[in-house]
Amino acid sequence: MLITITLEPDSGHDLDATVLSHLLRKHPGKAQSFQLPVGTVHVFYPAYGPRRCTAALLLEVDPVGLVRSKRFRGEAGVLDHYINDRPYAASSLLSVALGKVMRSAMSGQSESHPELATAPLPLKLAVPVISTRADADGDLVRRLFEPLGWHIESSPIELDENYPQWGASHYRSLELTGNVPLHLALRQLYVLMPVLDDAKHYWVGDDEAAKLVRQGEGWLADHPERELIAHRYLAHQRDLVEVARGLGTSGTSEVSEAVTEATDQNNPAVPLRIMRAEAVLGALHETNSHSVVDVGCGPGALLRRLQKDGFFTRIVGTDVSGRALERAAADLHLAERSDADRERLQLLHSSAVYRDERLRGFDAIVLMEVIEHLDPERLPALVDSIFGYSQPRTVLVTTPNAEFNALYPRLASGTMRHDDHRFEWNRDEFRRWAENVAMEHGYAVDYRSIGNEHEQLGPATQMAIFRKVAA
Amino acid sequence: MSTLNIPQTSLVVLVGISGSGKSSFAAEHFGAFEVLSSDYFRGLVGNDPSDQSVTAAAFDALNYVAGKRLAAGLLTVVDATSLQPGDRKKLVDLAKSHDTLAVALVLDTPLRTCLERNEKRGLDQVPAAVIDRQHRQLRKHLRGIRREGFARVHIIEPDTDVSQVTIHRHKLLNDFRDHTGPFDVIGDVHGCLDELQRLLQKLGYTLRFDSRGRAVDASHDEARRAIFVGDLVDRGPDSAGVLRLVMGMVRAGHALAVPGNHEDKLVRALRGRKVTLNHGLGETLEQLAAEGEQFQREVERFCDSLVSHMVLDDGRLVVAHAGLLEEYQGRASQRVRAFALYGQVTGEVDEYGLPIRYPWANDYRGQAAVLYGHTPVTEVEWVNNTACLDTGCVFGGTLSAMRYPEREIVQVAAAEQYCEPARPLEPVGGPARADHVMDMKDVTGPLVLKADGLGTVKIGEAQAAGALETISRFATDPRWLRYLPPTMSPCESSKLPDYLEHPAEAFDYFRKQGVAQVICQEKHMGSRAVLLLAKNPERFAAPDGWLGALHTRTGRPFLEHAAEQKLLRGAHAAAERAGLFRELASDWVILDGELLPWSLKAQELITGTYASVGAAASTATDAALSVLRRAEANGLEVAELLERTSARAQNAKAFRESYRRYVGSPDELSFAAFQILASEEQSHETRSHDWHMSWGQRLHEADDTLFTSTRNRVVTVEDEQEVAAAVRWWDELTAAGGEGIVVKPLENLVKGKRGWVQPGLKVRGREYLRLIYGPDYLEPGNLDRLRERATDRKRQRALQEYLLGLQALRLTASGASLWQVHQYVFGVLALESEPLDPRL
Repeated sequence: MLITITLEPDSGHDLDATVLSHLLRKHPGKAQSFQLPVGTVHVFYPAYGPRRCTAALLLEVDPVGLVRSKRFRGEAGVLDHYINDRPYAASSLLSVALGKVMRSAMSGQSESHPELATAPLPLKLAVPVISTRADADGDLVRRLFEPLGWHIESSPIELDENYPQWGASHYRSLELTGNVPLHLALRQLYVLMPVLDDAKHYWVGDDEAAKLVRQGEGWLADHPERELIAHRYLAHQRDLVEVARGLGTSGTSEVSEAVTEATDQNNPAVPLRIMRAEAVLGALHETNSHSVVDVGCGPGALLRRLQKDGFFTRIVGTDVSGRALERAAADLHLAERSDADRERLQLLHSSAVYRDERLRGFDAIVLMEVIEHLDPERLPALVDSIFGYSQPRTVLVTTPNAEFNALYPRLASGTMRHDDHRFEWNRDEFRRWAENVAMEHGYAVDYRSIGNEHEQLGPATQMAIFRKVAA
Repeated sequence: MSTLNIPQTSLVVLVGISGSGKSSFAAEHFGAFEVLSSDYFRGLVGNDPSDQSVTAAAFDALNYVAGKRLAAGLLTVVDATSLQPGDRKKLVDLAKSHDTLAVALVLDTPLRTCLERNEKRGLDQVPAAVIDRQHRQLRKHLRGIRREGFARVHIIEPDTDVSQVTIHRHKLLNDFRDHTGPFDVIGDVHGCLDELQRLLQKLGYTLRFDSRGRAVDASHDEARRAIFVGDLVDRGPDSAGVLRLVMGMVRAGHALAVPGNHEDKLVRALRGRKVTLNHGLGETLEQLAAEGEQFQREVERFCDSLVSHMVLDDGRLVVAHAGLLEEYQGRASQRVRAFALYGQVTGEVDEYGLPIRYPWANDYRGQAAVLYGHTPVTEVEWVNNTACLDTGCVFGGTLSAMRYPEREIVQVAAAEQYCEPARPLEPVGGPARADHVMDMKDVTGPLVLKADGLGTVKIGEAQAAGALETISRFATDPRWLRYLPPTMSPCESSKLPDYLEHPAEAFDYFRKQGVAQVICQEKHMGSRAVLLLAKNPERFAAPDGWLGALHTRTGRPFLEHAAEQKLLRGAHAAAERAGLFRELASDWVILDGELLPWSLKAQELITGTYASVGAAASTATDAALSVLRRAEANGLEVAELLERTSARAQNAKAFRESYRRYVGSPDELSFAAFQILASEEQSHETRSHDWHMSWGQRLHEADDTLFTSTRNRVVTVEDEQEVAAAVRWWDELTAAGGEGIVVKPLENLVKGKRGWVQPGLKVRGREYLRLIYGPDYLEPGNLDRLRERATDRKRQRALQEYLLGLQALRLTASGASLWQVHQYVFGVLALESEPLDPRL
């Protein structure tokens, strides 16, 4: 991992480039090494002269130590693999090294050259490999550095020259040229390297917000992307870590689904997921279902609504993912609730493709956006366990209407709303399935539209209400 | 000397006042854990055995523990005064709720003796007035105690010499564990004497007739015994004749019998109770009346003497007329009897107005085989280790017998239809039965999974929970998920410089285990895969046209439907040409192997991780080299750093070469078969790997694009030359880019000096390991630390998974219920849900 900092005054300028070593407070005559928890940092000068002076900061990471050390492994276990780019690509590890080794230069103080420490200087910063995992559209580098007065030279690094069809990696080379005060240049790198990278890093300290304020001083407040910067810089330590922990691999997909559905331009102000929950709630009232199981409750969005409604006397949420249930328990504050409340609302680890005697004897079972997460050949097992075995009076099933996907501008044709969806049915397919289930298990079924409804394409979400027919 | 008889498993309630000697009596006659003393429980919950204020809590705890013991079938003695009928009723109810008999043992010790003992207690004395009151209480209720629901009441009278009393524990009436068979279990006869005689003859029994030509006994030369599942009478032409024959056989010790609901009703009728004379009872009574009073009394005695059910052959076989839940087996209570004779109904009625029976067999998970009758079915079929033998003889069906332990079915057809059934005969297990239906109970921990003759594996609650999502949402359909391969441990870390793994350690392991010969197999650069080929979809409850399945070692499908179909069709054709189905005499087979190329499953991993890291590593190390060279040219002392960086640059290039070997096109798809896991009625874990390899070769010859062969060599581990040659072979193989080898005991499943031997150890190549441990793993400072790795847990898990997998294969081969197979397959996944060092 490498950064080079070059001071190269224009010819005619009387600035002696070797002043860089004073500003950095690093001796030009020898390579210096510093031991840090992340590895060893070396500072040396590949070029040293009055016209041009280059300081190099090289971080040697101990790859085995990184994996074996509990300190760096982090809670999400992101570094729990010897195959990772941390020893090579500039990211938060390099920020940490920078912050330790260049602390005084970054503070903007210099005993020997106080006037130069904060003055704009003709600098060139080069990072041969920087991780730009978070840069989805390839534009982030420009948006981050251009407003700060840098001229940018940056090109993507190919994944493998033997396989050009694989395209570019998420690494780039980066060269910044500009007339910028040294302390600000270093601070900017310190903050923006992690912003360009994604969650795959760790933090050494715990007061990252204070660090951001400190290192953002003098440039961040006026940055047009300051919100994005602050959010990304801090998100890694809180939100994303939590998302990763709470939702596992589907975490980002949930977000993507919400984004997809939110881009429906015909959609009114109320998000589809809210309308879905309200439609389900309405149907539960309508069918007089006081005791309800939410099968596939996830982190508990519907449960929260059921819980607030006194109409429901017994509520059970089930999910096949233990993590989702943990998240639901936390969000519903189950641990703090009274025995009576906990009696009323329970969470069970259960799978809809297995019969579960704990789910018998309820008024209604809700399968809200559940069936499309199962492979079609497993659906008969779900039908058997819910309709054949649990046999509630009412079953509510909601699922996307595939026809409506045409109205989502961000959704490529033929793709589905969520990358875990195993299928999405059009209205006809859904009805055929529902009629069959109803006939086989003694239910009557009718249908509701949820969300915006298109004249030809139908509603965003379709719902079937199954009512048990008295034998 | 007097002997008190108590059933082997029962709840013994001691009754006696303070100082009556209950505790010493209990200590003398029962085991330390068998006796639950209220004083002791007062101590447990309140620190003071005589603290009466914690009595309620103490009894709560005592009852709880007693309940657990009874559930486990353990004799339990409650040592409390139990003077009030209300206190005793609670204990009787407790026993009943566990279908256990309760016995009262009253110590009616003289008051004076009690008072004397009390005085010697010092500080723990009970006030004399209290003892006096207790004595009056005891006396007041003593007579009524026999009506309190105890199966037996023993009163040790005041004048008894307690030291002379002995306790005899007798077996329960249903306990026939020491009868090991062989048996011929015969279904509902319903007065079909002709068919019964023919069936007995077909089974090899010789009938004996009386002077009037009536069959009165039948015996078997090989000492087989018949067991009748009840419903001998009613509906058919000659109930009296059937009774005469069966009673004769039972009397002579040639048969055993359990009662059916028809016998139960017959007894009541014979005793003059008011019963409705329907379902053929009237005719039976007429037939019996014609036989005379003595015969009628014999019949009454016989039918009345029958015990609700029998537990036989060391608990492996249970016979009950209407079947029996696992928790009722070997138990005694009203409801056990009711279930055994009448079964359980759901409370609903069917379209014929008849009660719908609770399909208990579908939920049966017991270890004991249950043979029963009661519900006429079209054919005898095993459902979850139970089989109904009533094939509706009287309705014109057949009379069936099950040979035990052979599990062979012997049948004779009814000569005619003697009676019109009220509803058509049911398929086994009732109409709701579907073999592939599974229950959360099947996959909820803790699970204790027994692999026959191999060992037992426990799956914890968390382990099971950890696999639920994978099995439900990502694995292929359980119907064709019949096996998951075990994880494979590497050999111990090598001590040789420059090597992390080396074959010498693998040979060492097997040598130490006493394995003489091993087979070294080339480790293909693909993904572990299980291939099921089936010619008859019905065998796996699959739809028409289904050919089989291909899945990963975590049960996920490899391919999209169309691609899978293509591969399956090719594999079928090759297997056919190679003669695989023919020679195994099976129309299905499960193969263990490796699917190539690796990039098929791992493309995401290759581009997302390996190529990415490779690109970053190459670019970064090259850039670092260039600035370092400039610094050196400027006279800076950076030689060491330059050298290290230069090594890293080399490593980065070697790393890229390593993953590039795994990149292939999905069109080059091929399968290297290295084991034939199972086929109809056989699993093949005890066949030598030579045999398995030869099949791999034959499949390859049948289709050399679809089936890759596996290079291999057999090594005698004590032969130094052979070992050295094998090491050279490994060196060449891995130097040429090979992943490594797997070393297996040639004989396959073998037991070593310390239990089962690892089914295989992998020895990975030097270059390949860069993909596991990183580009720089061979740098001295890194290698030394990487050598410290714990293979013990990996090996333990590998063995556990291996045993579970074998049992899943055996069950599949024998046609066991899907849920059973599924439990074992799920078990493997559950073990995998606990994280272990992923690099091992």
